[in-house]
Amino acid sequence: MQFTLKVWRQHDRQAEGKFVEYKATDITPDMSFLEMLDAVNLDLARNGEETIAFDHDCREGICGSCGMYINGRAHGPLRGVATCQLYMRSFKDGNTIVLEPWRAKAFPVIKDLVVDRSAFDRIIQAGGYVSVDTGGVPDANTIPVPKPIAEEAFDAAACIGCGACVAACKNSSAMLFVAAKVSQLALLPQGQPEQKARVERMIAQMDEEEFGGCSNTYACEAECPKEISVSHIARLNREFLKARLK
Amino acid sequence: MGILSGLYSSSVGKKILMGTTGLFLCIYLVVHLAGNLLLFKNDNGESFNAYAELLPSLTIIRIIEIVLFAIFAGHIVLGTIFWTSNRKKRPKKYEVNKQSENSSIFSRTMFLTGSIVFIFLVVHMRQFWGPSRFATGEVSMYHLVKTAFANPLYAMFYIIAMALLAFHLRHGFQSALQTFGVSNQKYALMVKVLGIIFWLVIPAGFAAMPLFFLLNS
Ligand code: HEM
Ligand code: SF4
Ligand code: FES
Repeated sequence: MQFTLKVWRQHDRQAEGKFVEYKATDITPDMSFLEMLDAVNLDLARNGEETIAFDHDCREGICGSCGMYINGRAHGPLRGVATCQLYMRSFKDGNTIVLEPWRAKAFPVIKDLVVDRSAFDRIIQAGGYVSVDTGGVPDANTIPVPKPIAEEAFDAAACIGCGACVAACKNSSAMLFVAAKVSQLALLPQGQPEQKARVERMIAQMDEEEFGGCSNTYACEAECPKEISVSHIARLNREFLKARLK
Repeated sequence: MGILSGLYSSSVGKKILMGTTGLFLCIYLVVHLAGNLLLFKNDNGESFNAYAELLPSLTIIRIIEIVLFAIFAGHIVLGTIFWTSNRKKRPKKYEVNKQSENSSIFSRTMFLTGSIVFIFLVVHMRQFWGPSRFATGEVSMYHLVKTAFANPLYAMFYIIAMALLAFHLRHGFQSALQTFGVSNQKYALMVKVLGIIFWLVIPAGFAAMPLFFLLNS
């Protein structure tokens, strides 16, 4: 297979940046999207040109670092898939593929397709933790949690912090990410003591980082590689109301 | 006031204020529609005129009117602030962005549909509310409505505005419930039915009035 890539190249945070065209040749359908980029980069390196910078680590859909905008979709055309688990068989031979970094004020571009997602870290630091000592492993099991609740907490915990929800949202809102974290801890007994302060602080930090406000378009859920449900946003809203009304 | 400014200072709080004002406006629509159904009574406007004369003479209606104005103003000002501030959160736009793949057109055009409804409101108030309150001498509101809607352009404008209101509420009603944290399998069906009443039945009821007078003129 072969493709024409239109890639956003930007030297550093301050640089202007522009689209540059590349050819991806000798691509096989079973190559992952990142392997296709590796092949292009190998060609660039051989010709002494600067390689395309993109973020990646685990390449198995669990670290959340490989996000990019592919042909107008976060993590490409498939649902429930991170860029590293997208395969070239999902594209038509000969097509042009447009590659852009996440675009949001809160996620400044560092280089090419790599953005700075440290705003998410600061939101977690603001309250996405439990500060009570849960003791050793057996102790945790002494607190009974009903199965359906545990399942829902697990669903929320599946968030990998990739930022696709922000990238796809017309408001650049981080509500799904924040909701996943708040919801996960709100569902479990260990999260209760700090719940009120957690919701307030995480939402305040989210606003401080200049993410936009949620308008319930649900683009986040559709583009999330872990298919985190917007029902967690409803829970976040409930927790916020509870914190305010108490 | 403390609660209000506290809500205003948070993005989630702002949404709650939008949702609250929006739902109040929805309830107002029900009352407004119910009264106006008298237009369809086949008595040459007698009951409708009586109703239209009674309303301004009641103090309670005058008070509700002021509250309603405040709610409208709040909804519109907040909506505009919310929308403009959100737009600034993506200074560089995407070259290709396939939003239609991940969200509904109604959810993405709330400011547009709301703004057109606002233009409609100004025209509507000048046409009907102004004369009903400030005109001197005898006015037959029924006659005013009838002649206004005999004009096809005017009637069409109303019908289109109601279609846009329907789009606004199609997203708005369920969005407000999500904002209040209503997301429960138990109530899913009830929410769906209520949603259809609000976004489809009510705007259709309003649109039926210009259509009725246009066809009967
Ligand atoms: C009869 C008139 C109106 C009704 C019944 C109404 C109702 C609603 C409702 C229920 C919502 C949802 C709130 C939420 O998501 O929590 C909403 C949102 C909104 N409305 Fe209205 N509205 C009306 C008029 C207007 C007008 C005149 C504007 C003028 C600009 C406007 C602008 C907006 C905006 C910008 C939003 C937020 C949309 C979003 O979250 O994306 N609305 N409205
Ligand atoms: S909610 Fe989904 S899209 Fe958002 S950061 Fe988590 S995994 Fe990524
Ligand atoms: S590289 Fe880790 S999720 Fe894709």
